[in-house]
Amino acid sequence: MSTFLQTLFVGLRLGSIYALVALGYTMVYGIIRLINFAHGDFIMVGGYTMIFTIPVMVALGLPGWASVFIAILVCAAVGMSTELVAYRPVRKKGTAMTALITAIAVSLLLENLAQAIPQIGPNPKVASQIFIAGGVKIANVTLDWTTMLTIGISVVVMIGLYQFTQKTRIGRAMRCVSEDKSASILMGINVNRTIVTTFAIGSSLSAIAALMYIAQYPKVYTTMGAMLGLKAFVAAVLGGIGIIPGAMFGGFVIGLVESFTTSYVSSSMADAFVFLILIIVLIIKPAGILGKNIGEKV
Amino acid sequence: MAEERIPVLETRKLGITFGGLVAVSDFNIKVFRGELVGLIGPNGAGKTTVFNMLTGVYKPTEGSVLLEGEVLNGKKTHQFVAAGIARTFQNIRLFKQMTVLENVLAAFTKDIKYGMIETLFRTPKFWKTEKELKEKALDLLSIFHLEDKAEYVAANLPYGQQRKLEIARALATDMKLLLLDEPAAGMNPTETTELLECINAIRNRFGIAILLIEHDMSLVMNICERIQVIDYGITIAEGLPEEIAKNPKVIAAYLGQ
Amino acid sequence: MIKNRTAQGYLLNTVVIAVLLIGFAFFKGALGGGGEFKLIIVPSIWQCCYLIILAASLNLSLGFLGQLSLGHCGFMAVGAYAAALLSLAAERAGVFEDKSGTAFLLVLAGCIIAAGILAAIVGLLVGIPALRLKGDYLAIITLGFGMIIVNIINNLPFAGQEGLALGSASASLYKNGLGFGTALKVTYIWVAIAVTLVCLVMMFMFVRSKYGRAIRAIRDDEIAASASGINTSYYKTFTFAYSAFFAGVAGALYACANATLSTSSFAFANGGILNSTFVVVMVVLGGMGSLTGSIVAAVIMFLVNYQIKNGVWVQHLPAWLQNIFSFPMLVYAVILIIVIMFRPKGIFGSYELSLRNFFSDIKLQRQNRLAQKLESKEALRNG
Repeated sequence: MSTFLQTLFVGLRLGSIYALVALGYTMVYGIIRLINFAHGDFIMVGGYTMIFTIPVMVALGLPGWASVFIAILVCAAVGMSTELVAYRPVRKKGTAMTALITAIAVSLLLENLAQAIPQIGPNPKVASQIFIAGGVKIANVTLDWTTMLTIGISVVVMIGLYQFTQKTRIGRAMRCVSEDKSASILMGINVNRTIVTTFAIGSSLSAIAALMYIAQYPKVYTTMGAMLGLKAFVAAVLGGIGIIPGAMFGGFVIGLVESFTTSYVSSSMADAFVFLILIIVLIIKPAGILGKNIGEKV
Repeated sequence: MAEERIPVLETRKLGITFGGLVAVSDFNIKVFRGELVGLIGPNGAGKTTVFNMLTGVYKPTEGSVLLEGEVLNGKKTHQFVAAGIARTFQNIRLFKQMTVLENVLAAFTKDIKYGMIETLFRTPKFWKTEKELKEKALDLLSIFHLEDKAEYVAANLPYGQQRKLEIARALATDMKLLLLDEPAAGMNPTETTELLECINAIRNRFGIAILLIEHDMSLVMNICERIQVIDYGITIAEGLPEEIAKNPKVIAAYLGQ
Repeated sequence: MIKNRTAQGYLLNTVVIAVLLIGFAFFKGALGGGGEFKLIIVPSIWQCCYLIILAASLNLSLGFLGQLSLGHCGFMAVGAYAAALLSLAAERAGVFEDKSGTAFLLVLAGCIIAAGILAAIVGLLVGIPALRLKGDYLAIITLGFGMIIVNIINNLPFAGQEGLALGSASASLYKNGLGFGTALKVTYIWVAIAVTLVCLVMMFMFVRSKYGRAIRAIRDDEIAASASGINTSYYKTFTFAYSAFFAGVAGALYACANATLSTSSFAFANGGILNSTFVVVMVVLGGMGSLTGSIVAAVIMFLVNYQIKNGVWVQHLPAWLQNIFSFPMLVYAVILIIVIMFRPKGIFGSYELSLRNFFSDIKLQRQNRLAQKLESKEALRNG
């Protein structure tokens, strides 16, 4: 029973990280119909930013986690410049497939560029303790603070983001652009600016995810975002891509599947299970669990 | 007399609903060999939806489609084509990166008998088939005066010729019934006249049945032998062009009450 | 007359290939089959051969069928492991004991064909469910299948990380003469070249037939293709399996050319040259829909890869550039982005380089471009 509960908590913690990353995928996909393969690598960018700024924060007498704010700024800048430099020109003249291939190329570029920077290099870097150590022990189950903070922060961020898209002007503009680009232009929405804003928000979410990730696994390396990003994307597709609650739901499902497979089946099969679930869902309901099927118009 | 023949196309109480919205209901039509029937109606009346049901793109929720007495329900689009229904599209859908000739050749695919072995070893059968098909395709293109442009990439053709190529491609499937979805849309009067000549030429030559959707009333009145009018998915009138022109329901549907 | 021209084309191609091969044989004779030839040129040709097959085979599904598959190296892994395990079985059965080349060649041919067929079967099993999806979803689902394939191979008791570590299957090939450095290896370089030629001919024949027309029609407009009587799901699945077949053959060549096999070399993205993204880079660079483009791109990428790792000139470059060159994937990513931005159709576009029709093709292309210009002018006037 205690194994079960422990696994459940691990799953929820993983799930909340996946959910945050999946939100970034979903927002970008919703607005420009592009799988932003580079999104996972924004996590890596956030991770390294924190590695380098945590000592600075500590020296200034601030808590280590405060460096996440710098990471948010850096990630947002990287996200926006990716859109401006690579995606926008290709979107203008290319097809959906060339845009997708560009996204893959940007992802490769970020991963390998990071390795080529001498201060980063190919070897992993270890982060110091971010949240307070320890936890509470309830009936044989240890609930450490990191897990609780991770779940708590992600829930708060997700609720905040949902309210943002529903209630604010920019949020409404985003939803308009994702529904119909040309109609949004007619309504006086600055589509390009809305897309850039979406990239900024999505990328900052990956900085928060990076914080939570290295709080648990304090190792930062250049390809850390590749698998994490892929699984988060799977989560977004699972819930129904382009739908914000779908990404949250999918994130938790993937997190739970992974933690339960790891502790009850085999840790080396966990990734295969995640993709197996994706394949089954896509075949049964291609638009995702919460999505609506839209056929091509003839 | 006409009632005793088996119609090329017959639909019985054909209807489709999209999540509660009734798009087309109780649609009955009979088209006989050699006939040219017009299907008209205001925008959004469900004309293209009917075509999509007649070609298996949409699955009708009720009723059935019969081609020469054979029920086609539940089949896939390519099986509808194999049975003998070919179509063109409202917004032209050509194989844009292929040449004009290849566009027509691609439509022969289902009738080509050679398989992988002949393909890999280039047997005499392969060469013979390819040669025959090429001649057949050029012959088809010559009806539309496109044989000189056979090696052009389809996307580079002028609009009017793209429409013609689409019809030529549909003819290549060797069908019994041809569905034309607004063939004259976006054409200038000269191009429209040319198109009418082509349509007449293929009717005379192949003796097929044609069902045609059109907005241009003068064109429909000119060439169609019978006309069926639908509005909001319901048939409101059918008959000879002169009768339709006078029908008060049709006038009301087009001009609004 | 048309048939005559085709025959001339075939004859010309055959003559050119024969001349190249004879030239190669002379070149080999001049080098005496030792030293530099054995250590550098032979391994390079093996690598070049499987890269060409890999790029051309992915082009069938990416360029001609228009479906982006990110799991192509999964099929390659299937082929590599199938060939390696079969040859291991043959070795254990004692087939290689008589040192005659015939037995070895027969086993090798059997391994290559079996690798292709097994990969094609896996391709079929993946294709049937996956090809119901399109575009982005297809890319992701094939990526997923690619990872599952690699994961399964890893967990197989007889093939996984432990299963092949000692006395591994490819090591058996190594011992028996296909590993680098042995004399037989140099002899069997012809196997690699012949397999590549046969594969390319098979792909060209496929593309220039009803199959090629049908799949290009599907790429251009799937709905119109099915409305023209093309059984789209049949042709899509068939092409996918056919392309997987060649990936399997490439895998078999890879197993022959490398002393060890590791599943991590077939993963979606790793630092090495062999991953599904790298294959996509080759196809996009050469031109989606041009087999000759893929061949040229594979050779170019091979040369780039070889030069930035081993080239003498690299030592004369500034240190920061040398540093960048130690991350070849970075170079490929930059190449890919530049190509997509400035020449989204790749070097060749969908044009096939043909020796026979080179000049008349240029004329035709000019005509087409002129027609396009006229058309857009007319559209401007009417609009």
